[in-house]
Amino acid sequence: MEQFELTEVVERYLADEMGPEEKYTFEEMRKNNPELDQTVVEYHYFLEQMGRYGEIRRFKSNLYDTHHTLQESGEIKELQLTTGGRIINMWNKYRRVVAVAASIAGITALFISGMMTIFTPKTPYRDIEELRRKVSNLEKQSSNQRAEFNKFRTKIAPGSDVKFGGTSFMIDPKGYLVTSAHVLKGAKKIYVQSIQGEDFLAEIVHQDANSDIAVIKINDQDFASPKQLPYGFTRIQTDLSEAVYTLGYPKDEIVYNEGYLSARTGLEGDTMSCQITISANPGNSGGPVFNKNGEVIGILNARQASANGVVFATKSKNIFQLVETLKEEDKDINIKLRNTSSIKGINRTQQVKKVQEHVYMVKVVLG
Amino acid sequence: MAITEQELELFKAIGNNDKGAIEAVYKENYSLIQHFVINNNGAEDDARDIFQEAMMVLYEKSRLPEFELTCQIRTYLYSVCRRLWLKKLQHSRRIETQVENFDRIVQVEDDIDEHDKLTIQYQTMRTAMGKIGEPCKSLIEAFYVHRKNMLEIAGFFGYTNADNAKNQKYKCLVRLKKLFFAQYKKA
Repeated sequence: MEQFELTEVVERYLADEMGPEEKYTFEEMRKNNPELDQTVVEYHYFLEQMGRYGEIRRFKSNLYDTHHTLQESGEIKELQLTTGGRIINMWNKYRRVVAVAASIAGITALFISGMMTIFTPKTPYRDIEELRRKVSNLEKQSSNQRAEFNKFRTKIAPGSDVKFGGTSFMIDPKGYLVTSAHVLKGAKKIYVQSIQGEDFLAEIVHQDANSDIAVIKINDQDFASPKQLPYGFTRIQTDLSEAVYTLGYPKDEIVYNEGYLSARTGLEGDTMSCQITISANPGNSGGPVFNKNGEVIGILNARQASANGVVFATKSKNIFQLVETLKEEDKDINIKLRNTSSIKGINRTQQVKKVQEHVYMVKVVLG
Repeated sequence: MAITEQELELFKAIGNNDKGAIEAVYKENYSLIQHFVINNNGAEDDARDIFQEAMMVLYEKSRLPEFELTCQIRTYLYSVCRRLWLKKLQHSRRIETQVENFDRIVQVEDDIDEHDKLTIQYQTMRTAMGKIGEPCKSLIEAFYVHRKNMLEIAGFFGYTNADNAKNQKYKCLVRLKKLFFAQYKKA
């Protein structure tokens, strides 16, 4: 008997669709043929699993539909966390302990950072050039642009001293962006400009000079959150020679560049960053570095002044860490970093088209 | 609290994959679970996932003839969600495993262990289905998941008659069976 004919027979037998005579013959065959018997047992299990699989799939799809319908009709609403009750209680209860712990931590930190300053060899800071852009000419040029983007009136008050610029990109659709901390040095006000040329007011959520990452949040009523980001973030170490690309604002429009990972560590073996060979200019600081899957592997932040094309990027791992710490410190911060990219597998040009919407120019207004 | 006849009927209907029953239970209980998860370090998506997994447990139990519902559906769902969420918290972070209580709970540990076993079986089949390729995947899904009859399937997949479609289905099944048992041995 052909394998698939047997399947039919077994299925009919198991579904009890056989006539009494046929059934009798089949059962006799089973008794006399242990191999057939074994096959029937296997099929029985398999078809049972198949049936169950179908049932579960149907149930799941019903659940999904129901959730969707109830959400549409407003019977299920997204819940805003309003009661911080337990947290507040805990705070009241442990306030003292926290205070003591914090002072000890503070003193220890001061002590350690003191020791660090004493014992760290003086690093050749001259050799590294942070890639934030001096924007003396930004105002001039952008006045032309402004005419072009008439529909978006700039929000930056005329006469404001826009001094430095860089790049930033979104890490959470709620309006959280990251950039290099040094871009924001001395900032009084920060604006980010979308690829369409629209300015949004942003505020600093956190600045970490050590990893050179800053988290900012768009705080502007005109800002419409995107549904989802097309890219994710990876903690996995990128391999040497792997192709990478970046988007940034070394000039008033977005600029694409590609290169490769040339060393796993940054300047003088700094393990928090990695070295890539790419063409980058002042203004690229804070830009995302993507791998071929469209996953963020780091934030571009500096280049070596004495060498050509040697650029450093803070690894994504640090973004994860920073976000974790932020969430622990402040329960209101709800940043979710995606792990997967939805643009994985599509060609570079299409990836860039999707990604560029979420890369913003940073304009820093000094006090 | 005694369980009403109505409650038992609803429970039975869940096992029959009854859309109305699913919706009724969903409406009645979702916000409780949502509050519970979100007030205990969860997000909107977590609430949905946990609730739907608990509904799966309820469904599985309802299909077991020997299982007897001894508390209200609400209590049962809440207990399962609470247990599932605790497990997830323990798994993902070192967060303290105390959670706020929103309702009364019953023992569901064994039920959840049983559910985990069934989930593994389901995943074995899902993996096998993922490997089988087209048109087999759609054909088998049309028959076993969407419950189409052979005539409809023949029309949809462009076979000249139901018998041809049937033969194709059995060929696919033979392949799927091989993949399934290969996966089964791995698991």
